Amino acid sequence: MKITVDEVKCCGAGQCVLIAPEVFDQRDEDGIVILLDAAPAAEQHAAVREAASVCPAAAIHLGEEA
Amino acid sequence: MSAPESVLVVGASAAGLATAESLRRKGFQGTLTVLGAERHLPYDRPPLSKQVLSGAWPPERIQLRGRDELDALDAEFVLGDPAVSLDAATRTVSAASGWTRRTDVVVLATGIRPRPFPGAEGLRGVHVLRTLEDAVALRGELAAAARVVVVGDGVLGSEIAATARGLGVAVTLVGRQATPMASQLGPRAAGLLGRTHSEHGVRLLIGASVERVTSRRGRVCGVRLGTGEVLAADVVVVAIGSVPVTDWLEDSGLVLDNGVVCDSRCRATAEGIYAVGDVARWHHEGIGAMLRLENRTNATEQAGAVAGNILGEDRPYTPVPYFWTDQFNAKIQVHGTLAADADVEIVEGSESDRRFVALYRNGGRPTGVLGWNMPKQTRLHRQALVDAADHSLTLPR
Ligand SMILES: Cc1cc2nc3c(=O)[nH]c(=O)nc-3n(C[C@H](O)[C@H](O)[C@H](O)COP(=O)(O)OP(=O)(O)OC[C@H]3O[C@@H](n4cnc5c(N)ncnc54)[C@H](O)[C@@H]3O)c2cc1C
Ligand code: SF4
Repeated sequence: MKITVDEVKCCGAGQCVLIAPEVFDQRDEDGIVILLDAAPAAEQHAAVREAASVCPAAAIHLGEEA
Repeated sequence: MSAPESVLVVGASAAGLATAESLRRKGFQGTLTVLGAERHLPYDRPPLSKQVLSGAWPPERIQLRGRDELDALDAEFVLGDPAVSLDAATRTVSAASGWTRRTDVVVLATGIRPRPFPGAEGLRGVHVLRTLEDAVALRGELAAAARVVVVGDGVLGSEIAATARGLGVAVTLVGRQATPMASQLGPRAAGLLGRTHSEHGVRLLIGASVERVTSRRGRVCGVRLGTGEVLAADVVVVAIGSVPVTDWLEDSGLVLDNGVVCDSRCRATAEGIYAVGDVARWHHEGIGAMLRLENRTNATEQAGAVAGNILGEDRPYTPVPYFWTDQFNAKIQVHGTLAADADVEIVEGSESDRRFVALYRNGGRPTGVLGWNMPKQTRLHRQALVDAADHSLTLPR
């Protein structure tokens, strides 16, 4: 799994951090998403998929290449 | 009920798409169909009153998923064809084109539509904002307009006023409340929002109601207030609330009352039928009341609950409500509910810096968190609401 985030689309809701705190964080100053781990371990994949689907700005994209 | 073999989702927007995605993520392998009235692939609405209206983003930018992502869903999208009837007993849906489908499960995700201003329908220069077409039309007229009147001081009216003002148009915001968004934010934060609008040159007409829209040869020319005052305008935006899109369900046999009435599992009043998103009014077990939320994260979170319950999880949907709005330089985020009589404490930052987090309490119990330009810190304080909710469930009432 390869994750990319679109900082321009991100609206700082933090839903991704609530669901997958080991993969996502937010910047202190404006709440924009920080990708902690672009290629997380398999046990994180389910949470990351959920975060990508729940993100209210469709700012998280998943690619399959390792 | 055993696992269903076929699911039809009616409504192809945030809630409908998220339901389809969530079903697949949770392992549903049956036939999945999404029927939508709009001809577009699912797109996002919050940017319509922000980046699309301001022109910062081209409209294509708000499409929620790419073609490849939709293909991977393995769902059939039937678009541009509104459902016109549902037979709840057989779960048969018919659409305007004559298309019909009978499935094991039907999910209702038809959202809401703006309440029109009586007597203003069909007048040129009068706008509502719900769809991409609405946003493009309004943007086009704002480019040439000198004076805009926005009717309605809820979240949508306030946001449209801010974006229009940002384009350099003279804007008057007319509302019944003491400040814009008073009922959603409480008097203190709404007061700050009102000052923000005034500082940016929006003329606020508070405690005022529009009696009628005035026109000349089929085109709006202003509004007349209850006091008799007339405001001239080239464009009038009507944002006086919305109604759930349930007219097509009137003969379905389902109970409808300000939305599709559902139990705590988001099940409507017939076997195998669920509702999700802005159209769903369900029993929130944690709050102990019927609730219908009109916000973006609810659409996706509720979709997760509905998908789980379709597949037999049997879990109540008990979210902490959340919405945000962007107006001028303020990003306002609200978790929980902010009662007008709540005690408000600034727990981080300061109001004078326009960067703070406020905790709202009723009877000592945290009920809401409001953030103003402090997104990360706001999310961290949300935990107080989760703890308070857990606490109330474990304590005898
Ligand atoms: C301009 C604007 C700005 C917003 N800003 C924010 C914000 O900043 N923050 C926030 O939290 N929320 C915001 N929202 C609210 C958020 O967009 C909604 O909560 C969300 O779109 C709800 O999703 P939904 O799928 O339930 O309903 P909708 O998005 O309304 O989708 C319903 C879909 O069903 C279709 N439909 C209707 N009838 C039929 C039928 N008979 N057959 C088939 N299809 C049908 C409709 O055409 C539509 O595509 C905003 C909304 C708007 C309009
Ligand atoms: S959920 Fe989406 S919008 Fe919210 S912080 Fe994460 S990436 Fe940004």
